[in-house]
Amino acid sequence: MSSQPSGLVLDHVVIRIGERPLVSLSANIAPGEVLAVMGASGSGKSTLLAFVGGFLEPAFAASGSVHLDGRDITSLPAHERRVGLMFQDALLFPHMSVGGNLVFALRKSAGTNRRELAEKALAEAGLEGFFERDPATLSGGQKARAALMRVLLSQPRALLLDEPFSKLDVALKQQIRSFVFGEARIRGLPVLMVTHDPDDANAAGGAVVELGAQ
Amino acid sequence: MLRAAPAITILVLLAPVLFGLSATLLPAFGYLPVLGGTGFSLAPFEQLLALPGLLRSSLLSLFAGLVTTLVSVIVVGGFVASWSHTRVFRSLQHLLSPLLSVPHAAAAFGLAFLLAPSGWLMRVVSPELTGFTRPPDWLIVNDPVGITMMAGLVAKELPFLFLVTLAALPQAAPRGKTAIAASLGYGRIAGFLHTVWPQLYPQIRLAVFAVLAYATSVVDVAIILGPTQPAPLSARLVQMMNDPDLSLRFMASAGAVLQLAITLGALAIWLLLERLGGGALSRLAATGWRFGADQAARLLFAGLVVVSAMAIFAGLFVLALWSVAGNWQFPDALPESLTLRTWERQLSMLGRPVLVTLLVGLLSTLVALVLAVACLEREARTGNTGGNRALLFLYAPLLVPQIAFVFGLQLFFLASGLNAGFVALAMVHLVFVLPYVFLSLSDPWRALDVRYLKVARSLGVAPNHIFWRIKLPILLRPLLAAAAVGFAVSVSLYLPTLLIGAGRWPTLATEAVALSSGGDRRIIGVYAFVQLVLPGLGFALATLVPAILHARRRDMSGAS
Repeated sequence: MSSQPSGLVLDHVVIRIGERPLVSLSANIAPGEVLAVMGASGSGKSTLLAFVGGFLEPAFAASGSVHLDGRDITSLPAHERRVGLMFQDALLFPHMSVGGNLVFALRKSAGTNRRELAEKALAEAGLEGFFERDPATLSGGQKARAALMRVLLSQPRALLLDEPFSKLDVALKQQIRSFVFGEARIRGLPVLMVTHDPDDANAAGGAVVELGAQ
Repeated sequence: MLRAAPAITILVLLAPVLFGLSATLLPAFGYLPVLGGTGFSLAPFEQLLALPGLLRSSLLSLFAGLVTTLVSVIVVGGFVASWSHTRVFRSLQHLLSPLLSVPHAAAAFGLAFLLAPSGWLMRVVSPELTGFTRPPDWLIVNDPVGITMMAGLVAKELPFLFLVTLAALPQAAPRGKTAIAASLGYGRIAGFLHTVWPQLYPQIRLAVFAVLAYATSVVDVAIILGPTQPAPLSARLVQMMNDPDLSLRFMASAGAVLQLAITLGALAIWLLLERLGGGALSRLAATGWRFGADQAARLLFAGLVVVSAMAIFAGLFVLALWSVAGNWQFPDALPESLTLRTWERQLSMLGRPVLVTLLVGLLSTLVALVLAVACLEREARTGNTGGNRALLFLYAPLLVPQIAFVFGLQLFFLASGLNAGFVALAMVHLVFVLPYVFLSLSDPWRALDVRYLKVARSLGVAPNHIFWRIKLPILLRPLLAAAAVGFAVSVSLYLPTLLIGAGRWPTLATEAVALSSGGDRRIIGVYAFVQLVLPGLGFALATLVPAILHARRRDMSGAS
């Protein structure tokens, strides 16, 4: 299957718990596009993300494969997949400074001027001068932006978003949403997003899949 | 290493217990070739049963264990039922928590200095209220029924049971249930007993059993506060076990077996009490017993907790005061002068016990910490918690009377001709330190938000790297707190140190208790105070180090 297209490809992915099929999905997400996966809680949305990210619990069994830019990542350990993960909480590591969080995400190949790279990324996100700040002192929007810059600095080839905007208030939600989708588009990252908010799906402007609707 | 961690941990916990028990059992039936026992006989038991006052000693142990446990469970249960989720509760929680680190011997000495006929309480009220100008001839401490000993044990076990209950409380989801019970007209205590206690008790049950096993076989507190004519069984056994006449070891083994039987008997009676209590509770529920006017009972429970905590604090204060007291004659409430002379005289003697205490404590705590972390990390990576069986393994060394298996280990070292050195001592400490370290670490470890680790993985960071850079730093505070608990347990350990260290490795615990017969309050004050200070320093460090390292990280300030 060397003819896999670039982007994120889910090829006949079926996830079962015991004998019961929970998720069944095939999809092509082109670079820069967003696939929104909708469904009620318990529909297996987050399980699908866990499978793609490499965190599937042993209680689940999965078949099918995941390809990223032509590479089969189905059985790679999570940290070798180059798939960036974001949750509804920013989850900045509480014991590090904001800048420390970003530097932590940089790969070895990023070179030696790591602090400079982190400062630049912070500036891009409107967080100039935030390097030494305690993550706990940031507002919700600032945390979300710092978390996005952190994941982008790790040079992922795809993004997985798990209800990423559900804890933000309405005004902030739009701002962060367009920031995230915009960055993904600029960098040509395929995005797999699970959400229960139809607005998220609409704003993404891509395909929408409804789980648990068979 | 990680894969082997659970197996090594189980070995560390169980091997000494099982091995020690069998090494106790054989000499009890006359078999111990090094001491000339080559055949099996019942002679050791016959010898034991011929001891004067043996029945009374045995009953004292049984009775003290049951009463201590019953009172502790009722007070902790009643207090939590009465006050959980209130301001009073939170402030008393801060009062009780530090008491966990107070060594049993130091607490017992403090109580003795407080309650004795010549103790501080009597001095405060004399001669004004009592007319006494010399101490009355009362047997308050070392009373023949062991009331002071039981009071001391209760005061020391309350904080332990309380903290265990506190940790288990959220899983019994008390808030909604008590609110519903209250809306149905149930008082706080009755509502809690009907709706929360039935789920809470099973969670703290092993800890209750541990209290029972401890209180039926305690030695140091019994020597300091307990009856002497005769003493409780375990205290008498220790004398035989350390007697220069080695032939007494056979009888001592038989005594250790009797001690095991007494603890098992107490456990059987306790199981019966559980059934009776459970039956009574469900009958009360069926009759709709609401106990709406429970103010007085609630105050009583709070009062008991406060009095028992204050008694220990006051005792420790008097202890410290004695260590610097100059001339201090009987009815005076305070010494005539303060002096450092006792300290100066004892300083040269203190060095070795302090060093041994520190080294044994640090080594056993460090090994316990590594094993606990390795097991928890293995659990996190495989999702296998080991469940109830693992919990039972953890509690095993706490459920078997120390004297029943540690004596066997002593005999083993004697029989094998191995010099029971420092490493053996630290290994035996590890058996008792590990359960406490594991139990204090496991909840915070499991409560860590795994999404932090998933995010780190998705950033391309390998698991081992995440462990050192993310997990350990975030869990630094609970790690150090668990270490402080483990160290405090080690500093407090008396019997295992006495039997395995055999005088060559004196610690503060063995030295302090050995001083009790001499009765010099100034010297006892010095030793007990130092024994108290070491674990206190441990807890202080466990609070200060994370506070300094994470001074500028608000979410690391320990509230979480």
